[in-house]
Amino acid sequence: MGTLMAFLVGGLYAAAIYMIMRRSIVKLVIGLVLLSNAANLLIFTSAGMTREAPPLIPLGALQPDGVVADPLAQALILTAIVIGFGVLAFAVVLIHRAYEVVKADDMDQMKDTDT
Amino acid sequence: MGHTSVLLALPIIIPLLSGALSLIYWRSRKAQRIIGVLGTTALLVLSGMLVAEVWQHGIIVMHMGGWQAPFGIVLVSDMLAASMVFMTGISAVTTAFYALGSVSKRHEHFGFYPLMHLLLAGVNGAFLTGDMFNLYVWFEVMLVASFALLILGGERAQMEGAIKYVALNLVSSAILLSAIGLLYGLTGTLNMADLGYKIGQLEDDAMISVVAMLFLVAFGIKAAAFPLFFWLPASYHTPRVAVSALFAGLLTKVGVYALFRVFTVIFPFEDTFAQSLLVWIAALTMVTGVLGAAAQFEFRRILSFHIVSQIGYMLMGLALYSPLAIAGGIYFIAHNIVAKSGLFLISGLVYRFKGSYELKELGGVYRQYPILALMFLICAFSLAGLPPLSGFFAKFLVIRAGVEAHAWWLVATALAVGFMTLYSMVKIWAEVFWKEQEVCHIKPPRKYRGGTRIMYATVIGLALLTIAMGLAMEPLFLIAQMAAEQLLNPAGYIEAVLGETGLGAREGATP
Amino acid sequence: MNNMMSLVLRTTGYFLLPLLLIFSVFLLLRGHDEPGGGFIAGLVAAAAVCLHLFFTDIAATRRLLHIDPRDLLGWGLTLATLSGIPAVFMGDPFFTSQWVEMTLPILGETKVGTPLLFDIGVYAVVVGSVLAIVLSLAEAEE
Repeated sequence: MGTLMAFLVGGLYAAAIYMIMRRSIVKLVIGLVLLSNAANLLIFTSAGMTREAPPLIPLGALQPDGVVADPLAQALILTAIVIGFGVLAFAVVLIHRAYEVVKADDMDQMKDTDT
Repeated sequence: MGHTSVLLALPIIIPLLSGALSLIYWRSRKAQRIIGVLGTTALLVLSGMLVAEVWQHGIIVMHMGGWQAPFGIVLVSDMLAASMVFMTGISAVTTAFYALGSVSKRHEHFGFYPLMHLLLAGVNGAFLTGDMFNLYVWFEVMLVASFALLILGGERAQMEGAIKYVALNLVSSAILLSAIGLLYGLTGTLNMADLGYKIGQLEDDAMISVVAMLFLVAFGIKAAAFPLFFWLPASYHTPRVAVSALFAGLLTKVGVYALFRVFTVIFPFEDTFAQSLLVWIAALTMVTGVLGAAAQFEFRRILSFHIVSQIGYMLMGLALYSPLAIAGGIYFIAHNIVAKSGLFLISGLVYRFKGSYELKELGGVYRQYPILALMFLICAFSLAGLPPLSGFFAKFLVIRAGVEAHAWWLVATALAVGFMTLYSMVKIWAEVFWKEQEVCHIKPPRKYRGGTRIMYATVIGLALLTIAMGLAMEPLFLIAQMAAEQLLNPAGYIEAVLGETGLGAREGATP
Repeated sequence: MNNMMSLVLRTTGYFLLPLLLIFSVFLLLRGHDEPGGGFIAGLVAAAAVCLHLFFTDIAATRRLLHIDPRDLLGWGLTLATLSGIPAVFMGDPFFTSQWVEMTLPILGETKVGTPLLFDIGVYAVVVGSVLAIVLSLAEAEE
């Protein structure tokens, strides 16, 4: 399973980088979406995929019963997804407004601020 | 928990609260302005108290929500973090006052003030947190606020600049997130102190240096270091001057701060591949930045490229990795925040009077506005490193450290870049302030409202501060030295966060 | 948005809207010890309002809201930030949960604490920010 996930994560990174390098800004944003998902899956994989009980502490106890799955990795991914959601919502608004101003979906037309 | 730990959270809580309040009052310009001034002033005062507290009692730690160290999120303030928060306070106050005169009604309506406060909260959070993932979260808070500030106004150049800025910064965030994921897989912890302890015990050197490289790349992009700085000169000259000054003062410095933190507390740095790489990065950042500036003929673009070259000096401080070098690097960050913000704010005043940023179109400012010209001279000479201004001592410390380390070619580069900086500043002086203005086809943007005096006052304040930082070198150097010593002895940091009881059996506190 | 005026969508939409809003409040309140919470509840509520936007127009949605999304955002952020402060007066670090137990007429024994305030704040922030973005995009389309 770990090996499979590693290939999946690698494939996602490759696809993301390919999309980011395209000239179209829409594809750029798609690439960024893939990139943030690849990073999330990487956390999920590298934190160790074990099939364990959910990390719930029984009533009255101070520690969970037996071995449980690591909840922190999932908490991290959840936070990262939320943040990614916010940032990407902004990126979509940005390319929409940029398209209205520049009237082109082409990075090559956006060289005014380059030096 | 005494009052000291409250002091630690307030630099984050106050901007968040002022941001929230100015969102509630988004209909009223007046209320937003008052909240802006009060909030940033409170931030400055409290961060000053924080520095004093750290100076007296050493590292302060707060366990957020009462959750104990390696499990919960901690806020930690050593001298480096405290002084960075203080510089943020200075930058915040000047921006808030300058904005009173310069930010237009439209920008205020679209949320300049809430975004400014959010940005400050993000910056302070990044400085104060003691948890890797939390650092990522604060970076994102800061980035989202900066994205929105960057496109405030919606001109074409802003959109183009913002797309480059957003794309590269999101890539760097993804790299940072990946690095954090790998680090967690490697050590099972994200608390910086705990990481520092556990990395020391790991034997998997190859994996450690892979993760360290990922952090170097991620923070390198955010700090605008050598190969990956192109987003900065493409975007920093596009927004309003108040925004540019805030960005120039703070954003890249957070990346530099993160590099200082990660490569002292967490990863082994001395005699590693990362160090030899950083020496090259520092030198090349200095050189490319200053050469880029030499080729520019637009006021703010020149300044933007100089941000890049100055980042090189700060990284040189870290790369040399001696107490003097790191103290020099820290002092350099503080000096740069003041001098660079000042120069950007001056460019805004010139634009207000003349209506242009192009060197060719400008001229004769010295004759019409001699005080402004004097302020420019002070800030520019400080940036170039002339005594007795703060820039001289900043460069002196870093270069002296280079001499002590026998890094001769690095020293030579730093000195040459200093001369090139002087050349750029003299170029601006000659073109904007000294020469006669030729044809007067450019006009001030429109009849401006009042507020020029407040803008003047902030610029004069920053110029006086850079003089004062040069004259009061002794106490400031002691502060920087204390910060450097704390960084170079991470054991103190680890002990402050995790407690003296040893690192074995610790219990998570119950809520 | 007239091309989206499907009869099926409109009819079911008016039924779904209150259901979804109630469901979001349910998610918000059970969030502390069980799956749910302010963020997800806020997303459900925002999705419900977006659904309303699909089968009516922007003016009608704004009337439905009564309150500008930016106000929601501001109040939510204020509430969430303030919820960390009571802990300081009890001598705990910031954001330590403070609980009060009380007996309410219908609900019986209830524990109310600062995490609930925080969740309500998050709820308002999420609803406010999502709707502010969606409404401004929808207005730009017109």
